[in-house]
Amino acid sequence: MSCKLLVENLNLYYSDIQALKDINMGIDEKKITALIGPSGCGKSTFLKTINRMNDLIPGVRITGKMTLDGEDIYSSSNDVTLLRKRVGMVFQKPNPFPVSIYDNIAYGPRRHGLKNKGRLDEIVEKSLKDSAMWDEVKDKLKKSALSLSGGQQQRLCIARALAVEPEVILLDEPTSALDPISTFKIEDLMQTLKETYTVIIVTHNMQQATRVADKTAFFLLGDLIEYDETEVIFTNPQNPKTLEYVSGHFG
Amino acid sequence: MRSKFKTEYMGRTVVTVVGLMIIAITLLITVFLVQKGAQTFTVLKYSVSQFFTDTKWDPFMSADDPKGSVGALTFIIGSIYVSFLALLFATPFAVACAIFITEISPKYGKKMLQPAVEIFVGIPSVVYGWLGFSVLCPFIAKIFNMPFGGEGLLSAAIVLSVMIFPTITTVAIDSIRNVPSEYKQASYGLGATRLQMIWHTSLPAAKQGILTGIVLGLARAFGEALAVSMVIGNKITIPKNILSRTSTLTTIIANQMGSAPDGTGMADSIWSMGLLLFVISFLFILMIRIIGKEREDKGAEK
Repeated sequence: MSCKLLVENLNLYYSDIQALKDINMGIDEKKITALIGPSGCGKSTFLKTINRMNDLIPGVRITGKMTLDGEDIYSSSNDVTLLRKRVGMVFQKPNPFPVSIYDNIAYGPRRHGLKNKGRLDEIVEKSLKDSAMWDEVKDKLKKSALSLSGGQQQRLCIARALAVEPEVILLDEPTSALDPISTFKIEDLMQTLKETYTVIIVTHNMQQATRVADKTAFFLLGDLIEYDETEVIFTNPQNPKTLEYVSGHFG
Repeated sequence: MRSKFKTEYMGRTVVTVVGLMIIAITLLITVFLVQKGAQTFTVLKYSVSQFFTDTKWDPFMSADDPKGSVGALTFIIGSIYVSFLALLFATPFAVACAIFITEISPKYGKKMLQPAVEIFVGIPSVVYGWLGFSVLCPFIAKIFNMPFGGEGLLSAAIVLSVMIFPTITTVAIDSIRNVPSEYKQASYGLGATRLQMIWHTSLPAAKQGILTGIVLGLARAFGEALAVSMVIGNKITIPKNILSRTSTLTTIIANQMGSAPDGTGMADSIWSMGLLLFVISFLFILMIRIIGKEREDKGAEK
């Protein structure tokens, strides 16, 4: 199994506070990797280093190495907009733009220079099909994305991320604001997505990690405590702290 | 009992009375203006169409000689030209400035640029007028080779644009700041550059707020009398080109009020122009309300 993403001795500081401490891990291609841990453990921060969304926060400093297919994400020659095209992201709160469903999906491709209407139509249809939404919305593509339910909005955001043809998809607690049925639909969708994409999900919900993830990483106070097959993490963890967390002693 | 009166009812009564008073005063001003402004047509029997379509401005000044003409078209056109020209100059600067302060350099913008913009608002209009008259007009006269001085439409529009620039900027800053950060993150997350994010996400989302600022700026431009009067040349003719001297609804009122005895055509037609300005500002406020409502509806679509 080849590693899509390789992290070596990664440290991250918010001004003088160290949020990630010497992280080393390899993330497998076309698998789902879950990042778990209590609030403030650094899992979301880690996720955002992968597509350099942390660049937007003033005072962030990063040392160490993170490579995507062997290319250093943080080398100065790496184009950050190109990186974010390869590494898509879906946020905790559904955040469609206040425009039509169609224009939401077309946003990414348009920013990357695609103007051809026919090609855009194809991408919109494919992205919506890939996110299992096409049948629900095919007759109302011109309607405002804000008219959709929360769960639909989140799947629309996934479709929007797919439209730029990424290789990796980052999901930052994508179901924490959704009801159980919408959550189930998104978890179901993730299983299809991993056939094509490398999926990394941050979740607060440990059952979700056991349901969807192939591998799970447990973070605590900026340290990567344990990283293994999901089954091992939840049934036979090597580190006592992991055991304490997954058995519900804190968090 | 008394303490309850003091703590609860007294405050409420004072506030209610003040509120009612403001409504009453507004109504009284409206009624008074309408009544006075209509006299030109009801008592003096000038025709309304003459007022709006004639350029001949020659109302009688004493009751012994009741004739003349009250064509205000020159001033209406003057007001429209100078205001929209000012808007044309000010809007690009104002929006660019707002973008710089909110998106490009928030730190420097908030500390230095925004206070600087706010100071602009506080400068009295007579100072703007004086600066325009003594600095800008000679400059314009030199550039365009105008032997009788640079007063005219262009000078007035430039002075006005400086005056309305902070209004538009301030409102635009607020509306761009209020764009949810989720939209920006989504945009960046899809690989948009900062410029693309601003152009395709921030600005469209802040559109209504920016429009409100533009209408407010337009309202201020329409209403400004003093500074405009100091640099526009005050000639009663429709401007032929951008350098022509002309007059506006506000400048003609400011310049003629001294020679308008009560009951004369001059006085009543000044009232009519005052009423017209009142109606125009009412329309601007209505526009702002409609824009604001659209924004609310959009937000409530969820």
